[in-house]
Amino acid sequence: MKMNSVLLNEKTVIQSQTKLKTEAVSLYYGSFQALRNISLEIPEHAITAIIGPSGCGKSSFLRLFNRMNDLITGVRVEGLVELDDIPIYDKAIDVVELRKRVGMVFQKPNPFPMSVFENVAFGPRRHGKHNLGELEDIVEKSLRQAALWDEVKDKIGQSALALSGGQQQRLCIARVLAVEPEVILMDEPCSALDPVATLKIEDLMRSLAQEYSIVIVTHNMQQAARVSDMAAFLMMEDDRAGVLVEYGTTSEIFTNPKDKRTEDYITGRFG
Amino acid sequence: MFERISPVTTAAGVKEVLRRRWRPVERFIEGWIFLAGILTIVILLGIIALLLKEGLPIFLYTPPWEFFFGSRWYPVSEPPTFGIMPFFVATIWVTLVATAISVPVGVACAAYLAEVAPAKVRETVKPIVEILAGIPSVVMGFIGLMLLSPLVQSIFNLNTGLSGLTAGIMLSLMSLPIIISVSEDALRAVPDDFRQAAYALGATRWETIWHVSIPGALSGITAAIMLGVGRAIGETMTVLMVAGGALAVPVVPTEPMMPMTAAIASGIGNAVRGGLQYQALFAIGLVLFVITLTVNLVADRVLERQKRKFAR
Amino acid sequence: MMTRGLLKRQLSQRTAFSLLIIATIIVIVPVLVIVLEIIANGASAISWDFLTHAPSQAGKAGGILPAIVGTFYLMLGTIVFALPLGVMAGIYLTEYAKDNWFTRSVNLAIVNLAGVPSIVYGLFGLGVFVLLFHFGMSLLSASLTLACQALAMTVTTSREAILSVPREYREGSLAIGATKWQTIRHLVLPQALPGIITGAVLAMSRAAGETAPILVVGAAFLLPGLPQSPFDQFMALPYHLYTVAAHVPGMPKSTIWGVALVLLVVVLSFNIIATIIRLKVRQRRLNA
Repeated sequence: MKMNSVLLNEKTVIQSQTKLKTEAVSLYYGSFQALRNISLEIPEHAITAIIGPSGCGKSSFLRLFNRMNDLITGVRVEGLVELDDIPIYDKAIDVVELRKRVGMVFQKPNPFPMSVFENVAFGPRRHGKHNLGELEDIVEKSLRQAALWDEVKDKIGQSALALSGGQQQRLCIARVLAVEPEVILMDEPCSALDPVATLKIEDLMRSLAQEYSIVIVTHNMQQAARVSDMAAFLMMEDDRAGVLVEYGTTSEIFTNPKDKRTEDYITGRFG
Repeated sequence: MFERISPVTTAAGVKEVLRRRWRPVERFIEGWIFLAGILTIVILLGIIALLLKEGLPIFLYTPPWEFFFGSRWYPVSEPPTFGIMPFFVATIWVTLVATAISVPVGVACAAYLAEVAPAKVRETVKPIVEILAGIPSVVMGFIGLMLLSPLVQSIFNLNTGLSGLTAGIMLSLMSLPIIISVSEDALRAVPDDFRQAAYALGATRWETIWHVSIPGALSGITAAIMLGVGRAIGETMTVLMVAGGALAVPVVPTEPMMPMTAAIASGIGNAVRGGLQYQALFAIGLVLFVITLTVNLVADRVLERQKRKFAR
Repeated sequence: MMTRGLLKRQLSQRTAFSLLIIATIIVIVPVLVIVLEIIANGASAISWDFLTHAPSQAGKAGGILPAIVGTFYLMLGTIVFALPLGVMAGIYLTEYAKDNWFTRSVNLAIVNLAGVPSIVYGLFGLGVFVLLFHFGMSLLSASLTLACQALAMTVTTSREAILSVPREYREGSLAIGATKWQTIRHLVLPQALPGIITGAVLAMSRAAGETAPILVVGAAFLLPGLPQSPFDQFMALPYHLYTVAAHVPGMPKSTIWGVALVLLVVVLSFNIIATIIRLKVRQRRLNA
């Protein structure tokens, strides 16, 4: 698989700081164990892909970092999850503030039933910014960063639901950018989009990685190979708990996997 | 795996930003929301408590056996007697008449709307049923008084058209909308696969309705009937205006009579607060409350089961 | 090839369907008769004076303005109490309540309250608002009583309206650092608003027509003036209708029908408003 030349080389990646870390993390939904004993460190200013067959817990793992799992009753997290060396499951942590710093883009684009402007301005408004001039600046900046500004600048007051699927997803990305996060979590962001829209978003991801840390869940291996610097391969064991099989730089994982299961998955023998 | 250089701000500094916020506005609003949630329970308990407080004392004066089965309601005689049989039997009569009319008509109408009627007809009839549901009970009583009562009087050759029969007929009109709407929902909830299977075996549409749809919707239809009965039992103004108001235990529905709801409504204005008649009326209220509560709870339970039966 | 058996079955079907249609006609005809009779008999009593003057000669002449005003005050009073509490309870049940015995009790209480007969609500209002709280036989007592009755409906419609807002919106809002209440206030509630308002309008329509509770709590028949404060006594259309129809001898027939007509118009127009809102919402949802 051809590696994109814009990617960081291995040396640069290894010199990055750790942005997110998990240590022996297990996740339970009631009595069902969804994830078992996962430890890894995610670098700053890079794109880390979580790959693996369906149902192995990739989304659940991703949602550890912004504690969206908390919304599910009966959920339990064991082990350590850290953002910048700060344990985020600590009782003293403000979840709302955490989610401002760790934003999320969902699989199916979910723009609010409001205008494009209101969608992007929603986050900043909730965080106390009400000055219209300031909001307009933020909205334009975010839409530019999301490579959407040129396409919507003339219809910024129109309903966001009138945009195409790819535009809606970039709008959701702009919405996240407007609150100035440090990390952007993406849960299969392209799976509901056509190939052209997908490529646009992949380009967007690479430009965003310079300023933000991105973690993306994808079941599309080619996408992972194209776009990411690091890749974590998760798999379901016999009791349906997800485990980390292998984690390394993308080029390592895809050209020289150490674990046979990784190799089998990469070469398409299952999954 | 990666160099862990401490962030530019100290770990404690960054921690400070992420520290749990006390959001007073949120807490305040959420407090009120929680209180509103409790309010429904408070009101229900309040109703029960009040009925018990004001109504139970009557049993110190009149033993329960005499209260429930006695047929002499003379609150102003010396000594006053409180037997509610006349009211209880009257409620049974008007409910019986109302149910006998509204159940067959209502279920049949629901079957027509759900299974047979073309869309245009359905769209015309449903608003009419909703109008029926919206007519206030006092207006129904008024119509019963002005239009139906003279008719009943002449047809049955009675002294007065104000009778349990008249009241029952007007009550059936009031029960119809809920029976129709709940039965129709129940019939529509029966999956079409069942009907298709019947057609494939050569059944006619009517045979399918009779042997497949209606049995499939039976629990929902039962609930509809119960809700209709509950409505008839609890209705006040119609029976107050049209049932006649006589105090004897009614033997036939064409007699004038006074169901429990009317008894309370007509007596409460004159009763001395806290006096025996007052207590007795509250006791009747308690009886009414228990009866309608039971009927509605059972109907709700049946409806839940029906929902789960076909949930996909 | 038509066998004897098939013919017989088709005949049964035709008979059965005829019965079903007859049943439907039995439902429709009384409604039309009632509405038409009221319009036909009551229209002659309707005049500008009838609607804007107070009654005179013990109600046999003059107008019904105080009753109309009283009814509108009651509708307003009911919704002022029942709507905010109903919406908040609806929010509680959909957004905050966990699946435990307490939530189940609240849901049970709502089902129960919906089935309580209106005369029992009247007794409740008498015992609690008129006597215990010493509000007396006033607009306030009556409004509170009717509000208790309306609460089950406002909670249920609010709950349904809020539940119909898709989960993805909430997730999107929480995931960019909005708090739960911010999500509700700025995203969920605005979306649920039409449904909530429909419920409110229906509750108002019901309050306009209720007689038994205000009969017990003390509506008045003839008052010299309009109520100036919530603690004043009041007249109301349904109670007026009941009194003139059943308790005032020598009442001109057309006047009574006129009162019925006014009441019917008030109640049905609110029902129509609610239906229009509901249809508009459905239309909007289909377009999106």
